[in-house]
Amino acid sequence: MNTSIQWDRNCPIPIAADAQRISLAHGEGARLSRRLISEIILPRFATAANRGFADAATVTTIGCRLAICTDSHTVSPMFFPGGDLGSLSVYGTVNDLAVAGACPRWLTMSLIIEEGLPIAVLERILDSAAHAARECNVTIVAGDTKVVPRGAADGLFINTSGVGEMMDPVPPGPQSIQVGDKILISGPIGRHGIAVLSARESFAFDPAPLSDSGSVIHAVASLRNSVGEQLRTIRDATRGGVSAVLHEWATECGHTFEVTEARVPVTDEVRGACELLGLDPLYVANEGTIVVAVDPRFAEIAATALRRVPGCEQAAIIGHVQPQGISPVTIRRTFGSSQPLDEPSGALLPRIC
Amino acid sequence: MMKFIDEFRDPVLATELVRRIRATAKQPWVLMEVCGGQTHSLLRHGIDVELQDAVELIHGPGCPVCVTDISAIDLAQQLASLPGVMLASFGDMLRVPGSQGSLLTARAAGANVMMVYSPVDAVRHAQSHPELQVVFFAVGFETTAPATALAVLQAHQLGLENFSVLVSHVRVQPAMEVLMQAPDNRVQGFLAAGHVCSITGYDLYDDFAQRYRVPVVVTGFEPVDLLQGILECVTQLETGTAEVRNTYGRSVARFGNPAAQRVVETVYEIDDRAWRGFGVIPAGGYRLRENFATFDVQRRFGLTRSTETNDSATAQRCRAGEVLSGRLKPCDCPEFGTACTPDSPLGAPMVSSEGACAAWFRYHRGSKL
Repeated sequence: MNTSIQWDRNCPIPIAADAQRISLAHGEGARLSRRLISEIILPRFATAANRGFADAATVTTIGCRLAICTDSHTVSPMFFPGGDLGSLSVYGTVNDLAVAGACPRWLTMSLIIEEGLPIAVLERILDSAAHAARECNVTIVAGDTKVVPRGAADGLFINTSGVGEMMDPVPPGPQSIQVGDKILISGPIGRHGIAVLSARESFAFDPAPLSDSGSVIHAVASLRNSVGEQLRTIRDATRGGVSAVLHEWATECGHTFEVTEARVPVTDEVRGACELLGLDPLYVANEGTIVVAVDPRFAEIAATALRRVPGCEQAAIIGHVQPQGISPVTIRRTFGSSQPLDEPSGALLPRIC
Repeated sequence: MMKFIDEFRDPVLATELVRRIRATAKQPWVLMEVCGGQTHSLLRHGIDVELQDAVELIHGPGCPVCVTDISAIDLAQQLASLPGVMLASFGDMLRVPGSQGSLLTARAAGANVMMVYSPVDAVRHAQSHPELQVVFFAVGFETTAPATALAVLQAHQLGLENFSVLVSHVRVQPAMEVLMQAPDNRVQGFLAAGHVCSITGYDLYDDFAQRYRVPVVVTGFEPVDLLQGILECVTQLETGTAEVRNTYGRSVARFGNPAAQRVVETVYEIDDRAWRGFGVIPAGGYRLRENFATFDVQRRFGLTRSTETNDSATAQRCRAGEVLSGRLKPCDCPEFGTACTPDSPLGAPMVSSEGACAAWFRYHRGSKL
């Protein structure tokens, strides 16, 4: 029996060690709920703009077009080499806004917490989210908290919605992609998927692969400033990896995307893990890496501009657009001819031997 | 590690080997690459296309989930649906259709199914969940059999009463015997499976090569490895020799891995085994020895595995047997790429990252061969 009882001066009920965990009472709108919000959540995100967290936030714009998006985040484990669920939930939404051509300004954050989550874990996640929000210069203006019974969620789910101001020039989108256009990538691929997989399965890779979880705001801004009018479209290559993005674009524009395998940047850690597990980095998730389609005459300028952005030093032109061929996406391997690069289907399952 | 990959994918070296193979082969030879990993690499790097008309490569049966009989998958499904049972297996196995859908569809319907990377993970899960009966569905060739054997030994040492194994491990060399004995056999030389040989060694092929007058070349998985294996095989065929050679020296020793062999010997005995598409292969698999029979799932749950040939509609439409024995090219199957795709596979060869149909779908769809 745990006897470590302490007295809390604000609460007449003896608090057992279990108070270090989220309980269903934290979600029931009473004193514990208020304390969770006022003591644990609000101080981390307080700014002049969100003081008090009313039911709805009001924001002021200067009459520009707005971009709005929402994304729910869950990752197991919540902490992985190179990131965690907190920062991921900010970067994910910020990046969706950024690649749409917006400057991210405001986020809402909704927490669905599983009963029993240690409060210390929640605090670490929120600290990390707050840090990421400051880094991206976005304000978290509204939020919500729900607690669900043990087993009804996997620790913590975070939904963030974002609002951003559209910045000129706005890339016209994948329909504008033309034959001859070049495809760029902002950095080595597959890092997030492999980092999370190795942390989840406790693979003792040495060195441990690090996630690329991070903001793409600066990368997008650098492209906008250097080759803005010549950009066709930008996407962050999250689930399904680079292959999923190119397949989606191929459906939109009707052309074939040819990737040259030797030009795709992949870290030794990711390559090694992929070889071992029988995975292809082109299908593995990223969380801070963008794919860009650009007018071929400006591809080198775009690559150079990207390489000046910290974290994008290995940006590369990895392929081009050609008339519709044997498959929406093809790959030229190091040796041999061009082959179809299939669309990702379902979860990546490692091979047996 | 990366150094080994880049060296063995060197395009200059590979092109030179292709030239030498073409110069050596005075007639089109028919070789079988035994392992599905080799099949995928050959197709991924387009080596079959580079060697067209000089060497025909027939894809062998070395895909562990492909040769697992439907009766084993059905038994696994039955177990996973029992209350209090957690069924663990490797990722590929979960998507293979049995007669009632795959283990993943069973999981969606409420069965307790877990993907593991190592059988030892399943033992660990049993240890931390004493309320569950954890069953490991053990598939794979001689390569993965030692890992399952280690898990059984570990469970034995821990005295675990909630861990058991559905052993579907198979042995590759007896299947090669069956292939050579078939009246319509076309295979003239073998690229033996490199990873299997790293466990078993290759001295066991000496007698085989002599009896059937067929070259057996232990071969790796990268383009340069594969081309070296093919060149050795073609050179032997052109000079009328039939010997066992090892071109995968960086991984394989003549007598294999004695430590792994000892573990296998301790835990299993050799048994006849039904292979999908082959029927029962004498000495084609392993079963647990009597000392470890308490970990045998059939004994634990009092279940029997059907020995009948499965004739469900799906099983009839999938011509895996012909593909696995090299009699049917995946693209010649009427269901290939239409009714049968990786998203909705009719059979295991379209599922697995070692299956020949999946390799064709990924790398050759749309091209004419």
